Amino acid sequence: MLTVAAVFAAAALSFAFLLLPIVALFTHQSLGELLGQLSNPVVVDALIVSAKTSAIAQAAILLFGTPTAYLIARHRFHGRAFVITLVELPLVLPPAVAGVGLLVAFGRFGLLGSTFEALGIDVAFNTAAVVLAITFVASPLYMRQAIASFEAVDPDLVAASRTLGAGPERTFFRVVLPLARAGLAAGAALSLARGLGEFGATIMFAGSFQGVTQTLPLAIYFEFDRDFEVAVTISALLVIVTGAILLSLKFTSLWQSSQPTSPSLYARSTSS
Amino acid sequence: MAELTAHLTLPLRSFDLELALRTARTVALVGPSGAGKSSVLRAVAGLARPTAGRVALGDDVWFDSDRKLSRPPNERSVGLVFQEYALFPHLSVRKNVAYGGATRVDEYLERFRIARLADVRPGELSGGERQRVALARALARSPGVLLLDEPLSSLDAHTKATVRVELEELLREFGLPTILVTHDFDDAAALAHEVGVIVDGKLRQLATPEELVASPADTFVASLTGANLLHGVVETRHDELTLVRLDSGERIYSTDAASGDVGVVVYPWEITVGRVPQQGSALNVIAGDIRSVVHVGSRVRVRIGPVTAEVTAASASALDLAGGGTAVATFKATGTRLLPRARGG
Repeated sequence: MLTVAAVFAAAALSFAFLLLPIVALFTHQSLGELLGQLSNPVVVDALIVSAKTSAIAQAAILLFGTPTAYLIARHRFHGRAFVITLVELPLVLPPAVAGVGLLVAFGRFGLLGSTFEALGIDVAFNTAAVVLAITFVASPLYMRQAIASFEAVDPDLVAASRTLGAGPERTFFRVVLPLARAGLAAGAALSLARGLGEFGATIMFAGSFQGVTQTLPLAIYFEFDRDFEVAVTISALLVIVTGAILLSLKFTSLWQSSQPTSPSLYARSTSS
Repeated sequence: MAELTAHLTLPLRSFDLELALRTARTVALVGPSGAGKSSVLRAVAGLARPTAGRVALGDDVWFDSDRKLSRPPNERSVGLVFQEYALFPHLSVRKNVAYGGATRVDEYLERFRIARLADVRPGELSGGERQRVALARALARSPGVLLLDEPLSSLDAHTKATVRVELEELLREFGLPTILVTHDFDDAAALAHEVGVIVDGKLRQLATPEELVASPADTFVASLTGANLLHGVVETRHDELTLVRLDSGERIYSTDAASGDVGVVVYPWEITVGRVPQQGSALNVIAGDIRSVVHVGSRVRVRIGPVTAEVTAASASALDLAGGGTAVATFKATGTRLLPRARGG
């Protein structure tokens, strides 16, 4: 009896610990005050910068990441494990390291700085820099999920499509993509949520200029000293947005479980 | 009717697959799992690329290593039915059948008795239904060659018997050059005009089922066709009779000439069973305990010592074989074949 009570007590404490900071964000000020802060220009500007950069970064991740993930999932080649590690590395890299890395690669005095300058491209400390930082840090979450989803598509289904007269493109769009769709959506949701919360790499590589590079997390940090109530408002806003993304992820995974595909013949490369 | 030619060398994990086939009818490839049977189908369909050889349907060349020609799977006129059927789980039965661009989809749904399942997804179908969908899908695009990978192995015993008859009719009706892969000699014999025995990627023997039974090339082929396979050493030969001492101790005679280590091949239906040694022309007598009695349709397979005999159910009950005890297996020297011992056999 004592152990049962102890387990329940531990669970109750855990829930309370996780829930309290979230609740506090919404009870710190009245709902009227909270809503009133939403029209604060700092909040509006940060919201626009975050929405814009996240949308572009997400589009880039999907556009470049999907074919890359498919290539990795469908082929066995030397150095495959190394390539997958490279793709996953930003996940464990300290964000500050990512920021410095981006700076010395793409910054004005970086590896590609002179090339970019000759081409008239300036990426440091502007909106493009924010997009690069978010893409770099958030892409592994999509890539991991996309590789696993493509691997889970039974190779026999691809082979069947080919023997039924479909070329590689038609096979991809009519068989592979529909079967991997739910997994890809889940990966996209996770990387979107991660990208919205990006802080370290952005502040080092893009700086924090209101209306240009100041995303919601950066605005929290700078309003922390200036106007604490605004920082709390933005925090509450991010809780709602990321919470909604996570919730939609739960729904896509429910939807996914009703669409079984044959198990992969290969071992999953991304299962830890 | 165009003829399918397949000459291939295809490296597999532990051996090279080497094969030469030429057929306008149905060829079954039989052999143990891992012998490379399915790889033959994949190579013909263009899903695996041989290192050397030539694959052609009539004048239509699909693969030719000399000309560095290899057409992709979608440019080969094949209907491949996968072992696990590989139906598209996200598409209805109708869309599966129509996937290859067939124009007369309804006709095929009717022909394969799946019209009432047209809007159902494959996940809800039984094994037999899945197979009919897979066959309909493969044939609906009017292929020039039909490739069947273990078409009966995923079915339960009851469904299997029915499907085998249906499949036989189907192969006759479409009359396509067909390669069928199976591990079951009975299925191969029932469905194919010619049976090729593959072991470790090599074709051991290619002949009609009757020829395989009548004159197996080696002990492996013999045991595959259902024969008893005993091992022994030739002791003497005179008067057109070879005396073999079996590893189990008995001495038996054969009219085949042989020497040294041999495989002794006797078919179960050439063995007579009695409770006491019978007077007759049969020279070979093996007495032993009844080890098992298995009913196969109207026949009974009874194992006596080292051999299995096949008798009618009526004889089995007259002799009370089910009661166990000792019995005597008798067979003629003329029905006893001696073969060199084959690797893997």
